[in-house]
Amino acid sequence: MTIASSALTETELFPRRSRGLFRDAVRRLLASWNGRVGLAIVGFIVLVAVGAPIVSPYDPTTDSNLARAREGPSLEHPFGTDRLGRDMLRRIAHGARISLVVGLAVVSSASAVGVVLGMLAGYLGGKVDTVIMRMMDVLLAFPGILLAIAIVAVRGPGLFNTMLAVAIVGIPGYARVMRSMVLSLREREFVVAARMVGTRDRRIMFRHIFPNSMSPLIVQATLGIGGAILFAAALGFLGLGAQPPAPEWGAMISDGIPFLRTDPHMVFFPGFAIMITVLGFNLLGDGLRDALDPQQTIR
Amino acid sequence: MAQYIIRRLFALIPVLIGVSLVVFFLIRMIPGDPVIVMLGERANPQDIERVRREMGLDRPIYIQYIEWMGRVLRGDLGKSILSYTPVMDDLKQRLPGTIEMVVAGLLIGVICGVGIGIISAIKQNSWIDIGSMFAALIGVSMPIYWLALMLIYALAVNRKIFPPSARLDVELTVVRHTGFMLIDTLLMRDLRLFANAVWHLILPSVVLSTTIMPILARLTRSSMLEVMRQDYVRTARAKGLAEQLVIIRHALKNALLPVVTVVGLQLGGLLGGAILTETIFSWPGMGLWTYRAILARDYPIVQAAVLVSATIYVFVNLLVDISYAYLDPRIRYR
Repeated sequence: MTIASSALTETELFPRRSRGLFRDAVRRLLASWNGRVGLAIVGFIVLVAVGAPIVSPYDPTTDSNLARAREGPSLEHPFGTDRLGRDMLRRIAHGARISLVVGLAVVSSASAVGVVLGMLAGYLGGKVDTVIMRMMDVLLAFPGILLAIAIVAVRGPGLFNTMLAVAIVGIPGYARVMRSMVLSLREREFVVAARMVGTRDRRIMFRHIFPNSMSPLIVQATLGIGGAILFAAALGFLGLGAQPPAPEWGAMISDGIPFLRTDPHMVFFPGFAIMITVLGFNLLGDGLRDALDPQQTIR
Repeated sequence: MAQYIIRRLFALIPVLIGVSLVVFFLIRMIPGDPVIVMLGERANPQDIERVRREMGLDRPIYIQYIEWMGRVLRGDLGKSILSYTPVMDDLKQRLPGTIEMVVAGLLIGVICGVGIGIISAIKQNSWIDIGSMFAALIGVSMPIYWLALMLIYALAVNRKIFPPSARLDVELTVVRHTGFMLIDTLLMRDLRLFANAVWHLILPSVVLSTTIMPILARLTRSSMLEVMRQDYVRTARAKGLAEQLVIIRHALKNALLPVVTVVGLQLGGLLGGAILTETIFSWPGMGLWTYRAILARDYPIVQAAVLVSATIYVFVNLLVDISYAYLDPRIRYR
């Protein structure tokens, strides 16, 4: 924490200084092996998600060919074909889009709500704090995936409801991190100074406290993307997420179950894609934690 | 200590009320008229009217909540919309199966996870350490339903080492006393049945254990490494204590404190994981029951399952906190 805050106060003192927290962090991130590998995997997945429609621009949903259904991996179809004869590799590549969008949408909405709630709770304290944090305790009292399943179950299956449910489940985590950051920063000199010169609460919260809380939030969010992808895929697997014919990885796995005995590739490849993607974000999150917050790392 | 427990019990009340409110309003989150959504567009008006009355949907919302709460506290969780049987009866049938699997998964996860963590910490930066920490990273990144399917393919379909589903072979029957297969088969004094039940339990509980094993391994490792740098460990070494004693008596005891808390927090993951695991292994527990109810839009069951899991989770975490306070007396005085 000291590094983050001292670097920032420095930037405030010397605004034109070029090496700030960000460049420092990137340098440290690239120096660690998990940061490098994580960044490489995430970069690759993003490339696939963006590039899939350009490289193979036809619609993967109508691309069926029953004559070639359930073929094993071959040169022509490296990941084999599914029960409708669709190329698994192309479907998985297009599915990367869904997973990345879900991950980013969930994390950005959950963190936005969580950060505001945590900030209010920590900064205003008193009754506001009690009410907000009790609400968060209640949300945390539910096993995450069960609550998400229940929300999607009552609101009806679909990608939007999946994202909504997974985001709701994620809010308390961000609120807690933000609140603890506010509590530790609230009495620091630069905040006290800002208050003494008459800065308004809202400005103190968003211009002084929030930027200094970025490091743990970035780490939490990066790890959260992986978690959100895993969660959403589980809902897709249960038939509650993106509906067919969307190439959603979880749904593709459950699609392959009836053929597990004869064609395990239909189950193997989508699950492998989920694992690699989540692994990438987890490694990147670990690397970021080391880079942004060296105190937490144990060597 | 008693004072601490009482204080913690009182702190639970607002959380439990909040939980009940969320579960109560879950049904109200259904877009449109919940009764029509439940019974379908073509349901006849009498049925719609009956269900609406039964669910009390024709009365003010706060009265609905109070009445519902009163019924829940008396152990009445409503009736299944499809089978019209009391949800509580089904729950009693289903709960032991899930508890059996979750406890087995928890034991495997804790024993292996903590064990791996300790070995990794002692042999820091060795290939065992690097290998097991990499495996732990893969473990947290893996969808457990996918792992379950891959294990079924490898160990139950390809080679018939384990059964792919159910709690017991089809041709075997057990007299139900407790609902816990391991206990019931022992009560029948039939070792063959008991072995069969264990054999069926292994694959699902190993799969379920992977939800906590990697987390515990990583946590135990970092906790051990931190403790091993403490002064009292150095002192223990300096006075010539054997390394094993230093690790077991001084380091491990203190390193396991944070692990205890995390085990409680991860129980939610295990309960949630049970839905996925039971669905794949056709395990007749609460998870499979809930999943089928979700697909059939049998909301009273969904409501009951969420309520029961959250309550179990809250109380287990209370137990964890109490045991934590017992292990670390400093907590009690905060």
